[in-house]
Amino acid sequence: MPNKVISIAILAMGGEGGGVLADWIVELAEHAGYIAQSTSVPGVAQRTGATIYYVEIYTGAKSVSGKNLKPVLSLMPVPGHVDIVIASELMEAGRAIQRGLVSRDKTTLIASSHRVYSMTEKIAMGDGRIDSRQLIRAASDAANRFVCADYAKLAQESGSLISAVLFGALAGVQLLPLTRDQYEAAIRRGGVGIESSLAAFAAGFDSVNHGGTSDCVSGPGSSRPGPALAKLVKRIEQSFPPASHELLFVGMIRLADYQDVDYVGEYIDRLESILGLDNLHGDGEYRLLCETARHLALWMSYEDAIRVADLKIRKRRFERISRDVGCKGDQLLEIEDFFHPRIEEIADIMPASLGRWLLSSRIALRIKMGGRVIKTSSIRGFLQLYVVAGLRRWRRGSLRFCVEQKRMLAWLENIKAVATTDYELAISLTESQRLIKGYGDTHHRGNANYETVLGALPCVRMKDRPSATMENLIRAALADESGNALKKALQAL
Amino acid sequence: MAERSFRQEVGKLRLKAGEEFRGEGILAVAKALLQSGVSYVAGYQGSPISHLMDVFADANDLLMELGIRFEHSASEATAAATLAASVNYPLRGAITFKSTVGTNVAADALANLASGGVTGGALIIVGEDYGEGSSIMQERSHAFAMKSQIWLLDPRPDLPSIVSAVERGFELSEASNTPVMLELRVRACHVHGCFIAKDNVRADFALADAMERPVRDVSRIVLPPASFLHEREKVDKRWPAAINYIQQAGLNEFLGEGNADIGIIVQGGLFNTLNRALELFGLSDVFGRCRLPLYVLNVTYPIVDDEVRRFCSGKRAVLMVEEGQPEFIEHNLNTIIRRLDLSTRVCGKQFFPQAGEYTASVMARALHGFLETYQPELTQGRSNPENLPKCNSSLDSLVHPRPPSFCTGCPERPIFSAMKLVERELGQHHVSCDIGCHLFSILPPFNIGAATMGYGLGWASAAAFNTPDTQRRTISVMGDGGFWHNGLTSGVGNAVFNKSDGVLVVVDNRYTAATGGQDILSSTAQNSLRTTNQPIESAISGVGVDWIRTVRRTYSVEQMRSALREALTTKHSGPKVIVAQSECMLNKQRRIKPMMRKLAREGHRVVRERFGVDSDVCTGDHSCIRLSGCPSLSIKDNPDPLRRDPVAHVMDSCVGCGHCGEVAQAAVLCPSFYRTSIISNPTTWERFKSAIANVLIDFLQKQNERRLAQ
Repeated sequence: MPNKVISIAILAMGGEGGGVLADWIVELAEHAGYIAQSTSVPGVAQRTGATIYYVEIYTGAKSVSGKNLKPVLSLMPVPGHVDIVIASELMEAGRAIQRGLVSRDKTTLIASSHRVYSMTEKIAMGDGRIDSRQLIRAASDAANRFVCADYAKLAQESGSLISAVLFGALAGVQLLPLTRDQYEAAIRRGGVGIESSLAAFAAGFDSVNHGGTSDCVSGPGSSRPGPALAKLVKRIEQSFPPASHELLFVGMIRLADYQDVDYVGEYIDRLESILGLDNLHGDGEYRLLCETARHLALWMSYEDAIRVADLKIRKRRFERISRDVGCKGDQLLEIEDFFHPRIEEIADIMPASLGRWLLSSRIALRIKMGGRVIKTSSIRGFLQLYVVAGLRRWRRGSLRFCVEQKRMLAWLENIKAVATTDYELAISLTESQRLIKGYGDTHHRGNANYETVLGALPCVRMKDRPSATMENLIRAALADESGNALKKALQAL
Repeated sequence: MAERSFRQEVGKLRLKAGEEFRGEGILAVAKALLQSGVSYVAGYQGSPISHLMDVFADANDLLMELGIRFEHSASEATAAATLAASVNYPLRGAITFKSTVGTNVAADALANLASGGVTGGALIIVGEDYGEGSSIMQERSHAFAMKSQIWLLDPRPDLPSIVSAVERGFELSEASNTPVMLELRVRACHVHGCFIAKDNVRADFALADAMERPVRDVSRIVLPPASFLHEREKVDKRWPAAINYIQQAGLNEFLGEGNADIGIIVQGGLFNTLNRALELFGLSDVFGRCRLPLYVLNVTYPIVDDEVRRFCSGKRAVLMVEEGQPEFIEHNLNTIIRRLDLSTRVCGKQFFPQAGEYTASVMARALHGFLETYQPELTQGRSNPENLPKCNSSLDSLVHPRPPSFCTGCPERPIFSAMKLVERELGQHHVSCDIGCHLFSILPPFNIGAATMGYGLGWASAAAFNTPDTQRRTISVMGDGGFWHNGLTSGVGNAVFNKSDGVLVVVDNRYTAATGGQDILSSTAQNSLRTTNQPIESAISGVGVDWIRTVRRTYSVEQMRSALREALTTKHSGPKVIVAQSECMLNKQRRIKPMMRKLAREGHRVVRERFGVDSDVCTGDHSCIRLSGCPSLSIKDNPDPLRRDPVAHVMDSCVGCGHCGEVAQAAVLCPSFYRTSIISNPTTWERFKSAIANVLIDFLQKQNERRLAQ
């Protein structure tokens, strides 16, 4: 790379303002009397695809021994010879490294730490996300200087776009022979949304000097159970190991919220037997207890129509939505919920015998349930849901309750039976609860997968590494909707 | 162009002599056309030349002042046929489109034009969509230039060179009675740079002059015996005339220091990248002062034998830097050198990869190979190609591809969601795709579509699947752009005539959306320059389709699904067409966003809709994403401390199209989705109703809170 040429590659996704940022940089440089060139290959990538904008700024003399000469600038970045790489998102920073644009000896990498998940990550049936920490580590290793902060958040806080924050960060790294005032003047000359852009610019600028890579992984909420649960809390504190307390409290609050205090008692009763096994076979870290506690709480608070209605009418939901959409005082907010209950979901919350009759009768076939939209913020809609939520009192008699209790007890028995001989497998087995999730068809599919995986348990126990085999099966069940991966994994057994 | 304004760019077209033009390469071409005194411009939009079309569409006043006719051609063939105006009259004309796809379509007219030759300068500006960011098959326009004998310009990718290529291109065309093709790669079209403008020129001979005093010359018409004479004329007259002009005007450049016994020949468009690669070896500097002799081909067809002789004489070897394949220029050089009986070795693909874009890394590697073989002392100890720039594959597992996809709120998404749901009921069908945004259906999460054979050819490419041996029908997709381009005849007319039993879905989003949202016949915008509001259904029924269903709101997945189901199962035999209508969201947002802001500011009642997911109801299965793929429907950390799988999440970029809610409902997925309507400046009645509701809801919620607080 010749002296006096500063090269900047901007990696952004279509619609993120990468072009605006490139234009700003060019305008800034030209206004300061330098020669700048930018180019890009947007094409269809403007439709949400990954795009690279490339800028070169020539800062040297424009004449050599009295002769006017024009610099020849490159139209594409040269791996190993890029001074500044700006990535609007963390995986795009990874892409810059992958493409060789970030080099240890010269590149300053400015990247936003937030993630815009790829389609592959989003469509996974479980958790398909790439570990951000790995990307951050790779970026720190690859770059000469790595500047990273959640620029998307800064943009949102200043009511502007990420391009303005990144422009600020570019000014902050002070690699162009320009002052902060010159950058800000470029924004002013742009003439659109000046105030918010300047605020975003300042946020980006400041982040460079007291930034650092922040890693904000929040632990479970540490709220304490209320007074009605005091007796049970005492019981926990006396007989359960401290390592499990936080998780147990979360489970207790969840179930009290879901049903009532007695239900919480049942939860703890069920865990007590696991605790005994963990004392006998565990390594003192109580992993089996904790994992069982987590999954049991989830299973015991299975999602039926009562639960959904209950969650939909909560005060804190209304407040959260109002906050999320940024509803101002003089604006009205309406909330409409989308439901499509099938006859099965209706039968689920009926008294068990009635529900069973309904499902087996011919009426069920004849009833066509259409999708419905309920305006929860209206009196009529709210009351409909309020009444359904009120059925909680009779939930214990419902068809679904009977079915679920029977199944979760069978699951617990399996865990207990396995734990005596293979502690690790028991832990993997708790994980199988994760397969049952969703509603309607999704729930049906999850259930079927769960049954299949559990059915393979005897076979799994005969393997060399039963725990790993079980984990494999669960992973396979979450690999695709068609169940092909699970089928293959089972055949391999 | 309906929803975007290019007023600022139009201002640049008015610059006067001596003023500095700053802007994009393709806009510089537009300015250069005006400086050259064109009488007419036509084209078909597409990356990377859409900008030229869009700016001209907004520059109508200026074009009228200069007496220029500008057409949004129905297709590239139409655009090419427009150049017929330059056959008999001294009228300069230019056309533009994306290549090679556009050139394919235009080939018939171009061949006829090139056979008879031209009187006025005819310039074909092609955006060579090759390499990174390209969305089409990787081919070269060069072949078209050679087969029809159209001169091909490939100028250095800086604005002064590009502008000069336009101006000289017209002169070359007129000097040799041959149309000239100006090839601009994607990066050159989008490069920002500057040049010193000249005044715009109004042509002396106007279109009206030609219309009022028509001229005909049967020797210019492609019909025997003239067509045989044309071929002779091409080689006997036009070729020598062109060679003469190219040399006289010095279109090609001899750069670098002249005394080495090796040299480099380069296509003009690759010059900047080559120079950067040479800089890496210390063989050139930032001003392009190369220490090796360089022969820059700003004209890549024809190759001038005399210039080749001049450059190659006394050289042991030359490196031919020629992107794409086949390597026509390298073949040509070898022939010339053989005929001249020179001993120079022509090295090209021997050091360069046969296929793919020539990036600086590729260039550096090839250069390294060439120098190592012929002048190893010049590689300065860079004997290890590992030290040359390269990519880093250690991150391959962490970095996912990010292909383009349907925009947030795109009305085409629900069409494919519905298709997926119908697939679950009726099994898979052969789906034949077309060109346009809808082709993104072939990617995850939809994975729908088996082939695409070209613009407007969606239904035509299912033509063979027309047999009584099966009840199963094929589904074809066509956009409104492709429909008017040629699909009405090649697809619909063909299906009617051949008694097809297939199903066609025409995606009617009111624009040619993929090329930047230009108007077409069926656009619903009022366009003072063009005729719009011509319904697609009328055209379809006009050519004889009697089974037509129109879905006026694609977002209704239920309606879309039943239309598809009916089309696939109905007893009606014969072609079946579903017209799926909803406005392109990208353009709709451009249109309504400023309008809504203005209305709200002025105190009018304005409703903004947005969707959301209740993260405590969502269980993290992501079925909704698999059926939607909306960019604003994403995932986030599960706020529930008991769960680990991320939950679905609607981002602030949501435009409230409602698709995710509709899909959740139609597919019986889950009750997590909700729609919010934020009403600015609500009516008094609305305020009253809301106040009453809030009192009651608040009371009941507080009761509930009391239970939960225990």
